[in-house]
Amino acid sequence: MIRDITIGQYYPANSVIHRLDPRVKLLGTIVFVVTVFFVNDLMGLALATVALAAVIGLSKVPLKYMLKGLKAIFILMIFTVLLNIFLTPGTELVHLGFLKITKEGLVLAGKTAIRLIYLIVGSTIMTLTTTPNHLTDGLEKALGPLKKIHFPVHELAMTMSIALRFIPILMEETDKIMKAQQARCADFESGNLIQRMKSLIPILVPLFISAIRRANDLAMAMEARCYHGGVGRTKMKPLVYALRDYLAYLLILVYILIWTGVKVWL
Amino acid sequence: MGIRLEHVNYIYSPDNAFRKQALRDVNLEIQDGEFIGLIGHTGSGKSTLIQHLNGLLRATSGQIYYNEQNIYDDKYRMIDLRSQVGLVFQYPEHQLFEMTVLKDVCYGPKNLGLDDDAAVERAKEALAMVGMTEKDYSKSPFELSGGQKRRVAIAGVLAMHPQVIVLDEPTAGLDPKGRNDILNQISALHRQTGITIILVSHSMEDVAKYVDRIIVMNRGEVFMDDTPKEIFRQSEALERVGLAAPQVTYVMRQLHKIFPELPEDVTTVEEAKEALLHCLEADK
Repeated sequence: MIRDITIGQYYPANSVIHRLDPRVKLLGTIVFVVTVFFVNDLMGLALATVALAAVIGLSKVPLKYMLKGLKAIFILMIFTVLLNIFLTPGTELVHLGFLKITKEGLVLAGKTAIRLIYLIVGSTIMTLTTTPNHLTDGLEKALGPLKKIHFPVHELAMTMSIALRFIPILMEETDKIMKAQQARCADFESGNLIQRMKSLIPILVPLFISAIRRANDLAMAMEARCYHGGVGRTKMKPLVYALRDYLAYLLILVYILIWTGVKVWL
Repeated sequence: MGIRLEHVNYIYSPDNAFRKQALRDVNLEIQDGEFIGLIGHTGSGKSTLIQHLNGLLRATSGQIYYNEQNIYDDKYRMIDLRSQVGLVFQYPEHQLFEMTVLKDVCYGPKNLGLDDDAAVERAKEALAMVGMTEKDYSKSPFELSGGQKRRVAIAGVLAMHPQVIVLDEPTAGLDPKGRNDILNQISALHRQTGITIILVSHSMEDVAKYVDRIIVMNRGEVFMDDTPKEIFRQSEALERVGLAAPQVTYVMRQLHKIFPELPEDVTTVEEAKEALLHCLEADK
């Protein structure tokens, strides 16, 4: 159950998407997310769907694995959809006591659900196909110009990569602690809400302690290797664009052009 | 009676790229009252195997019987199994969470449905078994030393009165005194109560000294299963799978080449001492 969370995890595979420069993937993801936000008509939706499906197909990550990540936001989605269905004013379709379902509500709920799913899947593809190290390198390089205005680009990238790196570690730790308490006959499934929340204490306390201990160890290990921020730091494997990256940029440009074309002329 | 495993296979993440077969056709029979050592290099499937014994992991295929009952039976209550087969994980001190030592040890018995008095009684008894004294009861588990923390964590499992206790490297990261204390207490527990003990260890010396039977794992399979003497006799086979015989075995084997009257299958220092003394006596 805890292993279902795929956000931020890397899925090893040999695909063209995996080999792309992280900067390309970052830009691609941002473009995709922005367009999904503005999606309002069927044409736009179809375009986003085609683009997403193509990238998923190329990435060689099993679709099932990718959709697992959606489970984590399932409750949020249900909540949003329900609120949209019942609270949007407009043409009334059904009346249930004080609740009423409107046509506009249904449309809005559908759009919101699709947007959420596309957002999650779209951004999951990036983390699934990019190792945390690569992602950080890409981010650091892409935001490089901001260093001129003293924006802490390196620190931001480092913090992000550590956070990403800790997700699987802490999940593993949670799994271990849960098992250890289960071995002492802990029961996380039955009882009412309060009892269930209480039953989480034996997991949360050791988990927090372990997170702090690990953070401490990591800081120590970094200092022991003379880490002192990004100044003067060079890369072992600097990012270099290949032909496929330029082609990918071209495809992103084409996507933007079609998108704006659809927006303007239809 | 005891635990029986039949054709147990276990595969992690069977349907994606992280797929890994951790156990391959494991068949084992563990009798009541045995003291077993489980050895194998890192990643050989020891930890996966022991998590099957109390149902924390469910075999991908194969059956496990506890006291002749199939634990994968729909009617079988896992909580019964977990109270009977106690599992102490590696670094068990990382799972401590309560405000006081006594309360933490009470957690298991309380989960079994015991009332406060009975739970406290069992906790005190378990803490005494691991050599913790009354003045430690009200301390926070986090102010104890590493070895003490570990003993409290082991008491947390003992307090459930298991019939089988599985310890995953209970001495990892402890100083020599802490190690000896814990192993001696486990051994005493075995002698006094006759419960089954399964000790996972990387120390061939510890295994040779305490256990009656050794199970060697390699690549998810049971590689050898015999008495310590027989196992350590085959030190070349052990070395092939990343293990070794106890150092004293090697020493005695070299000595045996010079003095053929010395035995060559010695596994503990104690035994070596006896053999050498015996040899010297005979020389006089």
